[in-house]
Amino acid sequence: MDKFDKLTGVAAPMPLVNIDTDMIIPKQFLKTIQRSGLGANLFDEMRYDREGNEVPDFVLNQPAYREAEILVAGENFGCGSSREHAPWAIKDFGIRCVIAPSFADIFYNNCFKNGILPIALPQEAVDVLMKDAEKGSNARMSVDLEAQTVTTSDGEVFTFELDSFKKHCLMEGLDDIGLTMAKEASIDSYEAQAAQARPWV
Amino acid sequence: MSPKTLYDKIWDAHVAHEAEDGTCLLYIDRHLVHEVTSPQAFEGLRMSGRKVRAPEKTIAVPDHNVPTTLDRDDATTMTEDSRIQVEALDKNARDFGVHYYPVNDVRQGIVHIVGPEQGWTLPGMTVVCGDSHTATHGAFGALAHGIGTSEVEHVLATQTLIQKKSKNMKVEITGKLAPGVTAKDITLAVIGKTGTAGGTGYVIEYCGEAIRGLSMEGRMTVCNMAIEGGARAGLIAPDETTFEYCKGRPHAPKGAQWEAAMEWWKTLYSDDDAHWDKVLTIKGEDIAPVVTWGTSPEDVLPITAKVPAAADFTGGKVGAAQRSLDYMGLTPGTPLNEVAIDTVFIGSCTNGRIEDLRAAAAILKGKKVKDGLRAMVVPGSGLVRAQAEEEGLADIFKDAGFEWRLAGCSMCLAMNPDQLAPGERCASTSNRNFEGRQGFKGRTHLMSPAMAAAAAITGKLTDVREMM
Ligand code: SF4
Repeated sequence: MDKFDKLTGVAAPMPLVNIDTDMIIPKQFLKTIQRSGLGANLFDEMRYDREGNEVPDFVLNQPAYREAEILVAGENFGCGSSREHAPWAIKDFGIRCVIAPSFADIFYNNCFKNGILPIALPQEAVDVLMKDAEKGSNARMSVDLEAQTVTTSDGEVFTFELDSFKKHCLMEGLDDIGLTMAKEASIDSYEAQAAQARPWV
Repeated sequence: MSPKTLYDKIWDAHVAHEAEDGTCLLYIDRHLVHEVTSPQAFEGLRMSGRKVRAPEKTIAVPDHNVPTTLDRDDATTMTEDSRIQVEALDKNARDFGVHYYPVNDVRQGIVHIVGPEQGWTLPGMTVVCGDSHTATHGAFGALAHGIGTSEVEHVLATQTLIQKKSKNMKVEITGKLAPGVTAKDITLAVIGKTGTAGGTGYVIEYCGEAIRGLSMEGRMTVCNMAIEGGARAGLIAPDETTFEYCKGRPHAPKGAQWEAAMEWWKTLYSDDDAHWDKVLTIKGEDIAPVVTWGTSPEDVLPITAKVPAAADFTGGKVGAAQRSLDYMGLTPGTPLNEVAIDTVFIGSCTNGRIEDLRAAAAILKGKKVKDGLRAMVVPGSGLVRAQAEEEGLADIFKDAGFEWRLAGCSMCLAMNPDQLAPGERCASTSNRNFEGRQGFKGRTHLMSPAMAAAAAITGKLTDVREMM
């Protein structure tokens, strides 16, 4: 998995609440059997019209935000389905960090498996970051995972909370399966004990 | 011993390893797999030379992509990319030796309907699937939740999931339900109260007299939508209704094993003085038949209400409500029961079980679908379909003018040929009314099967109580 430590880049503002996984990547793009190539269809139904032309006022179509690496959004970002295609599309587009007041549980977990950092901050902080993002491509925001901070283009600093295990894995780019396989003895002994206690399983 | 919730008990019985920071390896008893979220996971196993650790605990069925028209054996009814996914699942199931119900098996259906029906889902288990509506299985008192594809691969390889424990939330529905009010109305009413993020970070246990009074089908409907309230999982403590449902299912324990299982299952309830981090109580009598008006499942109102205005809300919801109203093409102040519809969809893992079809058929018996309306029933599994035919429900639907389909997810998410056209408005028994969920620019109103049947007759959103 890709490592994440520091990122400085353009942040795109999406001040909508409840941005759901169908908005992030509509289901017609879930028919792939690969992980890559979904960035072109990120936010597809907001980004393109029926004929496939770009909708000019959609944020990621505006010149200032085409290269955005950070997304600032409203509460409950990523609600809806478990589709990992959502973080795959976000990452494939080039976004490595999403900032919102809150995230849906499954989406939040899926981000970490794909080298994306989701940052939850209080609404007031997100409001400040949203204003900063609205300044366009001259305003570059900085994220420091080690220090757990987001810094606006004006130098205002916000500190965010994060699970220490998730942080460790993201900073080191660790593969979960490999980590768990190293604990195989525990799984073996659990399985043996469970087979005794609940043989019908 | 300190008092525990049902969630605590199931959790404790499944921790295979706990790190110092509380990160656990949770052992998974049942892993359900479908064609859309699994190809990349199986590919990952192949690339790293790993096997499925417990193929006997892994069950696969194609459902999201498969056409539900009667001619689906004709391969041309499926688009090329859908066929590739279904074929990939066929091959992966064979190569890795997991239990499999292919498209032409009468037991095929929506994964969350097939699992319980075949007795794979049992009380006290941990159940996961690469699908958010895995919450459905919580109706059995099983800890069940959706996972992403990387986690699917993790479970395939290790039969465990890396987890931290959620908090405990109790949702109590007291008293009895009024006539015409169903499990769907309960679960929508709860989301209307909590909002779509109100359950985030929690496992919800639904309890109270109104929940106890529900059949297993109804309980599955309630738990199914726990995810729409943001919860990691929904749970209902097992009782006689649960045991009765499980008994005799193909993969349920038999004989002495059944007795041993029952002994444990009967301990699966929240202790009286268990600690709850959050509690919500709703009076069953206060719940009315509801519909959604917007593009979030929290946009719930009684059918007797009027379309709200954006100004009725506060904060970020003002903008969201305006966007919803524009998308849904609704004018504030319009009585909901005057909103005309074009399509009726009865089905999905929320409401595609036999009892749902019975409820809809009871309203439709001897009636006709409004002229010009498209109406379809998609049973949740081949076995539900067979039973409905045996009970004469299929004839009631067909006589009324409904299409009688084969099993699958169908118009719940429109990944298959069943879709709304732009601007079309649908009365749907599914679980998500997101923008584009049932087709590009399609408009979805969520409701119970009986309410959907009533809407089919009148051609507009309708209070089912007027037809009872
Ligand atoms: S019926 Fe709908 S919600 Fe249920 S599994 Fe299928 S697509 Fe998902």
